[in-house]
Amino acid sequence: MPKNAASPAIAELRERIAHLEGSGGRARSVLPFGLKEIDRRLPGDGLALGCLHEVAGGGNGAVDGAAAALFVAGIAARTKGKVLWVVTRTDLFAPAIAQAGLQPDRVIHVEAGDEKALLACFEEGLRHGGLGAVVAETARLSMTASRRLQLAAENSNTIGLALRRWRRQTEAGDFGQPTASVTRWRVSVLPSRPLPVPGLGRARWLVELIRCRAGESADFELEACDDTGRLALPSEVADGSPQKEVGRRIASR
Amino acid sequence: MAGRTGRRRLITALDANAEQLGVRIGMAVTKAQALVPGLVIADSDPAAETEGLNKLALWALQRISPVVMADPPDGLVIDTTGADHLHGGEEAMLADMIRRFAAAAVEARAAVADTWGAAHAAARFLARPAIVIPPGESEAMLRTMPLSALRLDPGTVSDLHTLGFETIGELLDQPRAPLTLRFGPEVVRRLDQALGRIAEPVDPIRSPELVEVRKAFAEPIGAPETIARYIGKLADALCLELEKRGLGARRLNLLFHRVDSTMQFVRVGTAQPVRDPRRLVRLFRDRLETVDPGFGIEIMVLVAIHAEPLREKQTISSLVEEPEADVSDLVDVLANRVGEHRLCRFVPVQSDVPERSVARVAPLAPETGLTWDGDWPRPPRLLPRPEPVETMALLPDHPPVWFTWRGVRRRVRRADGPERVRGEWWKRDAELTTVRDYFRVEDDTGERYWLFRSGDGEHEESGSHRWFIHGIFG
Repeated sequence: MPKNAASPAIAELRERIAHLEGSGGRARSVLPFGLKEIDRRLPGDGLALGCLHEVAGGGNGAVDGAAAALFVAGIAARTKGKVLWVVTRTDLFAPAIAQAGLQPDRVIHVEAGDEKALLACFEEGLRHGGLGAVVAETARLSMTASRRLQLAAENSNTIGLALRRWRRQTEAGDFGQPTASVTRWRVSVLPSRPLPVPGLGRARWLVELIRCRAGESADFELEACDDTGRLALPSEVADGSPQKEVGRRIASR
Repeated sequence: MAGRTGRRRLITALDANAEQLGVRIGMAVTKAQALVPGLVIADSDPAAETEGLNKLALWALQRISPVVMADPPDGLVIDTTGADHLHGGEEAMLADMIRRFAAAAVEARAAVADTWGAAHAAARFLARPAIVIPPGESEAMLRTMPLSALRLDPGTVSDLHTLGFETIGELLDQPRAPLTLRFGPEVVRRLDQALGRIAEPVDPIRSPELVEVRKAFAEPIGAPETIARYIGKLADALCLELEKRGLGARRLNLLFHRVDSTMQFVRVGTAQPVRDPRRLVRLFRDRLETVDPGFGIEIMVLVAIHAEPLREKQTISSLVEEPEADVSDLVDVLANRVGEHRLCRFVPVQSDVPERSVARVAPLAPETGLTWDGDWPRPPRLLPRPEPVETMALLPDHPPVWFTWRGVRRRVRRADGPERVRGEWWKRDAELTTVRDYFRVEDDTGERYWLFRSGDGEHEESGSHRWFIHGIFG
């Protein structure tokens, strides 16, 4: 629960709602991003473990899902235990997710033949309970399927990450359909900040929290995962822009 | 090889060299010796041959399918129903089988067909070296076959030849009653077996070394709950037996003998030796829906086809150390659901060529702690094959100004590179001089791609100097 609840009455009401939602009164543990700006938007100050979360790419990312894969790998890297990564298309390049902090020893890859087998493996992984996280690259996720996954995740307290990825750009509208997932994210790439020398800086993402149960949606402009899976705020946002600083200094003179 | 038929010594087997010199099977030894001076002839040993065939059958039993039978003098009959998908399809299974036989210096031909008879004919008269007859096309295939493909004794075949029959098709078009009257029931029976009109049960081989438990029922059973209950009982018994021998099961077969004398089976494998009845039951229960009990099941047999020593291990009991969760049961469940080869872990390989820097290992292979060198960023999506792009770039070492991929033209805003990857000449001679220069480029919208130029931009022999896209960054 956010600590800045307006009054004790509201806090109590929230508690009762949480009780009604059927998580068995058990306090749900969370996985914080380690960034105050994101964590304070999420109930419990972090990404809830034991829940299903959806991540998709924006723009061309809906098809290739590259940025979304790194975002998910960063989340999975910060959990403990083995990670199951289920795919139907075999174009994931393992060195890249290792560079996002997910060590190759921790990841068990499964190549499911079709979407049905993929969802079955996803659910099996969530039910097991010994895994740190389960990632599945799926195109279709119906309400029924997602509810099953959500229940499986709740029972085992394993985080489920559905990486939504479609064959064609036109099918990406499917992301608007309701599902039982707790949060829904869209990760799109942004032009990076020019460096003073020729070269490429750290990639920059627009991370949109489109839906969040018991929370509000929000947008963040972030720098991509580092080698421990942590996101960062761009320096001008974190420290304030130098212009402002300079301006203030001029004004105070 | 020479054997004795009655009072004549005949050639029974020969190698490729002898065949080239004109020696044929069935030729008299004296004639062959006259044909090829210095021919090396060894006496055949039918007992040893049968034993060798049984060994091959046992091997197939462990590797391929639970229902295997030796078909003397030179064949193996394998019922692969429900087992082919574990080997990547029928074609892949046959190719793999022939390759393994070849590695053991056994020249084999293989065929898959609807019936034993059809497969027998196809393997001996069509396969070069493997063939898969699609379901329902056996009859068309058999019609063009010579009569000797029908598993009749040679006397009958030559009698039929005398009457003018050449192919099985001609025989099929004849009325059946006169055939039976003239040649006995054998001809029509073989025809029916080849076409699948009458059943031809396979009697699978068994070996005394395998751990096996069986349960025969006074009344045939058929309900899934009943079957599941007896699977539990069989698993308990099997695990007791395994414990006595200090073994754990790696691969198990569950065979169902049905009342109509056909067989159904379920095969499961485990990544590590297992002796826990609950885990075994779990694996079998997942596959139970593939079993058709038909009119009822008379006998259930559970065999540990492949077992390995299993020692008791102390579990961590310290208060501080947190045990790493065991996922081997999950790996087994998934492997039996989607196939063992679809589960893997990726490990680093010392190679700068991106597509060679990753190797697949079994999901429960020992952890090495190794990872890839993190100095150069790698894209999360690697295209299965580099795709050519149209570009404009300055030689020798500038990134492209723009590039067109899949019909979309992208202007390059920022780029980083080159990262030079040289060919691995110790693997292939052709790579002695080849070079790839990799660039990371970012377009107007911030999307990043991994492009490379084949060649170093200066020397013709280093590559074609064309540009390719190899991956997509996030």
